[in-house]
Amino acid sequence: MYRYDEFDHAFVRQRANQFKGQVARRLSGELTEDEFKPLRLMNGLYLQLHAYMLRVTIPYGTMSSRQLRQLAIIGRKYDKGYGHFTTRQNIQFNWPKLEDVPQILEDLAAVEMHAIQSSGNCIRNVTSDHYAGAIATEVSDPRIHSEVIRQWSSLHPEFSFLPRKFKFAVTGDATDRAAVKFHDIGIIIKKNDAGEVGGEILVGGGMGRTPMIGKTIRDFVPERDLLAYVEAILRVYNLYGRRDNKYKARIKILVHERGIEEIREKVEAEFAQIQGSSLTVPQEELDRIAAYFADPDFEAFDAEALEAINRELEVRKFENRDFAAWMKTNVKPHKQAGYAIADITLKGIGETAGDITSDQMDVVADLTEQFSLDEMRASHEQNLILPHVKQADLFELWSALNSHGLGTPNSGLITDMIVCPGMDYCALATARSIPIGQEISRRFADLERQYDIGGMKIKMSGCINACGHHHAGHIGILGVDRRGEEVYQITLGGSGDETASVGARVGPAFTADEVVDAIETIVNTYLDLRESPEETFLSAYRRVGLDPFKEKLYAAA
Amino acid sequence: MSAKIVTAYHLRDGDAVFLREDTSWSKDVAEAAVVETAEAEAALLETGQADVTRNIVLDVYAVDVEIVDGTPKPTKFRELLRCLGPSNRTDLGKQAA
Repeated sequence: MYRYDEFDHAFVRQRANQFKGQVARRLSGELTEDEFKPLRLMNGLYLQLHAYMLRVTIPYGTMSSRQLRQLAIIGRKYDKGYGHFTTRQNIQFNWPKLEDVPQILEDLAAVEMHAIQSSGNCIRNVTSDHYAGAIATEVSDPRIHSEVIRQWSSLHPEFSFLPRKFKFAVTGDATDRAAVKFHDIGIIIKKNDAGEVGGEILVGGGMGRTPMIGKTIRDFVPERDLLAYVEAILRVYNLYGRRDNKYKARIKILVHERGIEEIREKVEAEFAQIQGSSLTVPQEELDRIAAYFADPDFEAFDAEALEAINRELEVRKFENRDFAAWMKTNVKPHKQAGYAIADITLKGIGETAGDITSDQMDVVADLTEQFSLDEMRASHEQNLILPHVKQADLFELWSALNSHGLGTPNSGLITDMIVCPGMDYCALATARSIPIGQEISRRFADLERQYDIGGMKIKMSGCINACGHHHAGHIGILGVDRRGEEVYQITLGGSGDETASVGARVGPAFTADEVVDAIETIVNTYLDLRESPEETFLSAYRRVGLDPFKEKLYAAA
Repeated sequence: MSAKIVTAYHLRDGDAVFLREDTSWSKDVAEAAVVETAEAEAALLETGQADVTRNIVLDVYAVDVEIVDGTPKPTKFRELLRCLGPSNRTDLGKQAA
């Protein structure tokens, strides 16, 4: 894992101290709210429906047990005993008092964390594949370049006041778990024909009120030039991005209006000016950062030992159906023989997606230390991951998780939904999403039914800003206000993976009382029309389109 | 004009607060002053706005209410949630008190 150097430590502590002074001046009346608001937003502090909300970044989703324990303490001491993991590998605390926030920032700084650039028109937390460094098919660990970008973009003077917020996602695997095509800049780390590491750069993706799939602006940029290339993109955006209309200010609109060819031409011209300058990352610096993400000390197992471990796991699964169910969905293959990746879905049946109590954070921190070489991950799908678990420890791990309400066996199934906080917390929301998510979860709780439905991603947002990624949901749900009533629009066929697509609206919205029945109708329609149990919902939808679903949904109308 | 109350956010904790007749702020919507004319609404907003200047509250605005069992109840769901707390966690917010 990356560890702060002297500069990082000093910078984050200095920033916490600076905010302490700003809060004191706000409370004394020296600063008005108009003066203070941009300062608090730069430190991740929002004002929501019931209280302030502090958004803490988890760069590329990687954390240690020490950091998670500190988050548990913050939740317990300054909040109401819980936190909420978001869709951008952040955690949000929903109830901090303004006067406590400087101390929270100091506590975060003590464990190499902060809330800087988790808000505002700047480069936000760089997100990445939550299986980075553990998955066998990875070309290169995407966290290396995520960290390079994090360092470059932190308080970058030229890019601290962009036309709008700017989001990066980086993956190192052909299978996209980071939704790179839905980001302002998406980077797919790959190798060229000569075997050199570099990145395919996509630009202009995004969700919100105008969803767009990112377009490839360059198929391969050598890793030493990645920073210069993305800086060239940011410069073009900063110069030409619209500032007259906040709804048209994201780079996706610029790319859409000007066309990728014109944007490429301008970026390439800018890149030609700065290539080879100080933005070229020296190999020794890349190596230094890469060393932080080197494989941990994996234990080697011979064939005989592996066979014995597998035999033991089979026995455990035979003896314990709940463990077998968890193994089936929540445990993924690891690149290292004898190890596995374990998903901890924060999606207990009927629970609030992404919420975790401080006590549960402590449990996960202990298990991270005990079973996952002191490393854990937060995913953009609001789940936690223990990336490096010995297969021999899986039963013990599951037993501990299960006894603390963290062993729900639903990773990738219909109850493993993305659900934004919606109007229950968010000041921007136009409808609630959490209660709808809870009801869907209860409706589809039966595990055999979930298996029958297969891989399914429901994603739900409580407003057009699309924090719940509804555009990328196989089934997307968008809550809106219709003359004072919460109603829900449904989209079908969205996907955030390497085959990215934007969901299509199925028809008129449903009321809160109708929407879960509508989801069930969609699911039953899929089960009736699929060609085989192997044909997933997304594949079936792409084969048949909206019409069969529309017919069933609106037949009675 | 429909009945209205004036609400804001408390500066220190961000909690929803409601302006009383005595010009102080309450966390309980039941204690809010209810006005029924545009003139009275403007006067109440002006009173609330003065506390923005005094750095007690921020973001002062008027909310439509109906009177239920003698107490004001916001007609918009968003405002009702501010009077209660998150609907998925009835153990939190004002509703928990």
